[in-house]
Amino acid sequence: MRPQDAFQTLKDTLIEQFDLDPVKITPEARLNEDLDLDSIDAVDMIIKLQELTGRKVSPEDFKNVRTVADVQHVIEKLLTENPVA
Amino acid sequence: MSRRVVVTGFGGITALGHDWETIAAKLRARRSGVRFMPEWSGYPDVNSKLAAPVAPYELPPQYNRKSMRSMGPVAVMSTRASELALEQAGLIGHPVLKSGMTGVAHGACAGSAEPTMAFGRMAESGSTRGLTSNTYVQMMSHTGAVNISLFFGITGRIIPASSACTSGSQAIGFAYEAIKFGKQTVMIAGGGEELSVGPTAVFDTLFATSRRNDAPETTPRPFDKQRDGLVIGEGAASLVLEELEYAQARGAKIHAEVLGFGCNSDGAHITQPQVETMAKVMQLALEDAGLPASAIGYVNAHGTATDRGDVAESIATQRIFGNKMPISSLKSYFGHTLGACGSLEAWLSIEMMRAGWFSPTINLDEVDPACAELDYLMGEGRKLQVDHIISNNFAFGGINTSLIFKRWP
Repeated sequence: MRPQDAFQTLKDTLIEQFDLDPVKITPEARLNEDLDLDSIDAVDMIIKLQELTGRKVSPEDFKNVRTVADVQHVIEKLLTENPVA
Repeated sequence: MSRRVVVTGFGGITALGHDWETIAAKLRARRSGVRFMPEWSGYPDVNSKLAAPVAPYELPPQYNRKSMRSMGPVAVMSTRASELALEQAGLIGHPVLKSGMTGVAHGACAGSAEPTMAFGRMAESGSTRGLTSNTYVQMMSHTGAVNISLFFGITGRIIPASSACTSGSQAIGFAYEAIKFGKQTVMIAGGGEELSVGPTAVFDTLFATSRRNDAPETTPRPFDKQRDGLVIGEGAASLVLEELEYAQARGAKIHAEVLGFGCNSDGAHITQPQVETMAKVMQLALEDAGLPASAIGYVNAHGTATDRGDVAESIATQRIFGNKMPISSLKSYFGHTLGACGSLEAWLSIEMMRAGWFSPTINLDEVDPACAELDYLMGEGRKLQVDHIISNNFAFGGINTSLIFKRWP
């Protein structure tokens, strides 16, 4: 995945993994309140992102994530900053 | 019909030993069973490399190829723990075992790992290599209960109480009810779990395991501000429960009375605990026992050392028992023994009540401010003379249990 693909890849993942309506997935969408994702879904999302990026994700990376845009930024950061795990 | 139920024997295979005297010495010495697992170096994605394996144990000659062919490690430990309990109760070879008046209630999170892998291999490779006539019986989650029944020729009810972390406690509760309502006279009740990397990986994936791999003696840390998750253990523990008049008629030694059992569920989230229903289950046990909360002298906590679990449990406990209730977690010594913990912790709590001393939560140095105020036993534990204790356990899926035991004079 290239950093510029982050949003689209994330959107596809959310649709496929969580059966979400594509219309709802906007950068401002809040994971919990708008997309109904809970703490277990967050764990599964982290697992999926590790697969997609080939990087290890820690719970610290996700501590302040609230919106789709926040997740997108975490992905971009992982791809540009960290060497492959 | 409502009959009284008493405990006439205990047995266990544990990380700190297999009899009360040995275990008590380690509890008083604040010696934990947790160690680093170099055996798990082949699992780089599992972050926690800690566990509390059982201490070595011997098997007498009646455990041979034929009697053990349907047993993986969890069934072996469950059977041996039950045998030790029956020995203490004076029931080995007693006709009541085969009469239909005796049953078994036992459970675990899962059956044995090796046979489970054989089925997995078959699904992946198409080869049935490793499958034998006994593979399924070793793998099924009620392998302990069935093997106990076969080993002793027990012909009463088999109640498979496999509900993850509440297996052992549900087993005691359902066994108590079977006797209370006149369906059985004697029950072997408890749970077991064998150690494998699987359960650690389960909690590791949820970021709920301790990663203090370089300091195993400092973890887990139930209720502590610096706790970082649970440590998986293993073992088995069984109690012999008996109808009171039957026990007295045969001159059995009585260790405690099972006075109450509460069992409910959160109906909310697969892993997140819910304070309301956790508090309610303690209330249900008190109602079943016909006791006010003030009659309880000590609470044996589930206390796994997870971030959310400890907080929810402490709030629920304080809501029912107030902020001065003595409480401690044996998981600080044994780790989380999963299927065994409900019965292991009940057994040891009763022994502590009889000894007039309750163990501390080791590794508890500073209580997390997020945990509700309670009298957390620390340091050397506490000498306490109490007549009633309560032992609580909470499992995935929101299954909650609460058991009340009364001292037998």
